[in-house]
Amino acid sequence: MLTLLLLLILVPFAAGACLLGVRSDLLRRILVAAVTLAVCCGTVTLVVLPTGVKLMGPSLHHHWFSLASLAIEIAMALYVLYVGVRARHPLIVALILAQAGLMIWFEFKLGSHLEVAGNLFVDKFAVIMALINGVVGGGICLYALDYMRQYHQGAHPEIADRRPLFFALLFVFMGAMFGLIFANNLTWLMIFWEMTTLCSFVLIGYTQTDEAKRNALRALWMNLAGGLAFAVAIVLFCRHSGSGELQTLIASKPSLALLPAALLCFAGITKSAQLPFSSWLLGAMVAPTPVSALLHSSTMVKAGVYLVLRMAPVIAHTRVGLMVALVGGLTFVIGSFAAITTSEAKRVLAYSTVANLALIVLCGGLGTAEAVWAGVLLIIFHAVAKCLLFLCVGVVEHKLHSRDIEAMSGLIQKMPRVAVMMLIGMAGMFLAPFGMLISKWAVLKAVVDASPTLSVFIVFGSSATLFFWAKWMGKLLEVFQPGEPVKSELALGESIAIYGLAAATFCACLFFPLISSRFVEPYVQGVYGQSASLGQGNLIIMGLMMVIVLLFPISFIHYGRGVKVVEPYMGGANLPSNVGFLGSAGATQSAVTHNYYLRALFNEAWLSRWGVIFCAGLLAAMVVVAWL
Amino acid sequence: MSHWLPLVIYLAIGPIAGGLLAGWDRRISARMQSRRGPPILQPFYDVLKLCQKQNLVVRRGQNFYVLFFLLLVIFTGGLFFAGSDLLLVIFALTLAAVFFVLGAYTASSPYSFIGAERELIQMMAYEPMILLTAIGMYMVTKSFSVHDIAAHGTLLVLALPGIFLGFVYALEIKFRKSPFDLSSSHHAHQELVRGITTEFSGRALAMIEVAHWYENVFLLGWVYLFFAAWPLLGVAASLLVFGFVIFVDNVFARLKWRATIRGAWAVALALGFGNILALSLLHHW
Repeated sequence: MLTLLLLLILVPFAAGACLLGVRSDLLRRILVAAVTLAVCCGTVTLVVLPTGVKLMGPSLHHHWFSLASLAIEIAMALYVLYVGVRARHPLIVALILAQAGLMIWFEFKLGSHLEVAGNLFVDKFAVIMALINGVVGGGICLYALDYMRQYHQGAHPEIADRRPLFFALLFVFMGAMFGLIFANNLTWLMIFWEMTTLCSFVLIGYTQTDEAKRNALRALWMNLAGGLAFAVAIVLFCRHSGSGELQTLIASKPSLALLPAALLCFAGITKSAQLPFSSWLLGAMVAPTPVSALLHSSTMVKAGVYLVLRMAPVIAHTRVGLMVALVGGLTFVIGSFAAITTSEAKRVLAYSTVANLALIVLCGGLGTAEAVWAGVLLIIFHAVAKCLLFLCVGVVEHKLHSRDIEAMSGLIQKMPRVAVMMLIGMAGMFLAPFGMLISKWAVLKAVVDASPTLSVFIVFGSSATLFFWAKWMGKLLEVFQPGEPVKSELALGESIAIYGLAAATFCACLFFPLISSRFVEPYVQGVYGQSASLGQGNLIIMGLMMVIVLLFPISFIHYGRGVKVVEPYMGGANLPSNVGFLGSAGATQSAVTHNYYLRALFNEAWLSRWGVIFCAGLLAAMVVVAWL
Repeated sequence: MSHWLPLVIYLAIGPIAGGLLAGWDRRISARMQSRRGPPILQPFYDVLKLCQKQNLVVRRGQNFYVLFFLLLVIFTGGLFFAGSDLLLVIFALTLAAVFFVLGAYTASSPYSFIGAERELIQMMAYEPMILLTAIGMYMVTKSFSVHDIAAHGTLLVLALPGIFLGFVYALEIKFRKSPFDLSSSHHAHQELVRGITTEFSGRALAMIEVAHWYENVFLLGWVYLFFAAWPLLGVAASLLVFGFVIFVDNVFARLKWRATIRGAWAVALALGFGNILALSLLHHW
């Protein structure tokens, strides 16, 4: 088992190092495919093997390890310092100096006295995260092979081709994420945490345009702020308790661990792009689509909510927990409202990510068994469906040269396969009986049980969710101007990833009872001594609904039988082109349709300004409350 | 067994009751406008006639969505009357409504497109209040199951007066009645062609009508839940609410979408959330 964990962490790192030197496309393809396959097999093995909570450490004396980790820390700090100085960004310089100074002082002062029984550990939650990271992340790497070739050869010839670096970083990112999931030693956890920050910084700035550089720097400083909070949390906890283990921290009483837990929640909130830090994730869209997919679904932001959910037992029923829950609730509402107002596909997806993560943060803040159960479910379903949507949008962007939702009008006719996959992804995001809805239901129940007044955020936010997804679905389905179907919609790697994820969206729902009873419930049971579930009867009803939904495509066997096709009503004499009509006085009128964006009601700038102010206040209050 | 009886009754009697209600609606509306109005059975004649008409479509896929809209509405009402989870009922209702909207989008006419968008706005407007209603009922009865809520000993409306009023407000939208009939109105004078149903004809239009009958009976069943402790009062209250909705329908002109959503959300916040807040404060004392 220990070997497997180490392999899962180290193989992606090794692959990354190799890929850095590979310039041949064919060789890269073989290598990426092989490593992806290996990682997938590894995580599946992990799933199949029986796991309880297990602490384990490499038996080497940890003096060596702490030296090595210190070296990595210093190297990363120096790189960030270099970046900060070169970009003349005083905030980054200040944050990294504070953090590195603190950690180095800590290593010399306390590092050798710390008790760490096991550096790595694995439990059911970690297994789930690993599976998402391995399978979804692997799918993204496969997709990126074709996507990046088209990116440099067709869509963006002006951008320097740095694919070796790109693929190397994808795998380093994956390895760091595995490390973060399995780390029990808090110092290690922090190193992997900072590694994901650095990887995302470089990947967001991949195109090296001014916008990309600016957004990458923003992502960097925001995540460094979280990193600083992380460092302070480690120092505080280790000084108080003499232990440097995550598991000890989780099992501690709030009186001992509340302030460190609050700071770790702060770090989690920065990383999962909650208000007031959501702007870095929105800015991250400038990167090529596989990066967005990676950041949004399997790595980065999931690391943030992972940490918040880990802290849930400590902050449950405290004021800190309430503050965290409020940040989550507000971010959910504001993110969902903002998603209505924008017509840029990736931006809608980004807002939806922010909103869904906010639900998970809300669950973490509540910290009851039921809430944590719902939060873990959200992580699983969101990763799959959101990744699918990003990958589809990436394909559409290459073929139609636009990522505007209005340009996707009639996609069902131009690119039927991709459109159907997108529809599946969107249905997966908000419709019964798909996964996200099951988990939203679970969240709602958990919130009503824990503190019913907080449900106000969920009811308003989720009705906005319904609006922006459904109108996007509609845009894909309506065909005003039949156009030429796009030739060769999907390349091989792309289709493996997209079809695979679409199948996973269905399977996650079909096997939901199994996922819940075999993985999520045992984890919650282990932490809280009690668990939650949806109840047998409700599961059967969900199954029935699934059958109805699956019957829908089958009913298309009757497609076009017994009907007479006519022109749509236009309020005048239709013109042959179908996009206009002859109105009164013989004037030709053209017909255009646009979605509603309700900008008169929801103002994106206003929403985000007040969201930032409120949530920043809440976070400040959280730290103060934890301090007292 | 007692679980299944309401379900069977709903499936069999639902469309008949719904059709009769629609007939009364038209008759009462006519009287309010000093007209004689059609016979009570007119809605049934309409649907029968629609079934004999030719099936005209703009896009070949559009009618499948309507079929599944009907199936899911029946499913939703079935869940409700079989006594299952109220939240699940709401989600099934949403799924049904989304099928209808997607059908209208697929039809690809400017008028059905606008109707679909407006239907979505209406859904966004009433959804919070509907969810808050379920939450309020849960807070009083400690159960989301319709069966348990109906068997609860006290009159729910006494503990949930704000939620009841908010729910009636939301019903006004859900019934697609004036002033909230943005997506498709029964009144020709305030209609933009025919809104969401513009491109549906023949059997598809008949299915939409029948779906509305089922839906209305289910929604009135929900009104009954507020008074379930006193069954006779419950039935009377449901009918009164229906009459009130007809009255409002005839008194108001259509509102703009912005006013609709602002109003609905303000009501949901003030009455719905206010009631929940009061309940949880009382609970803490």
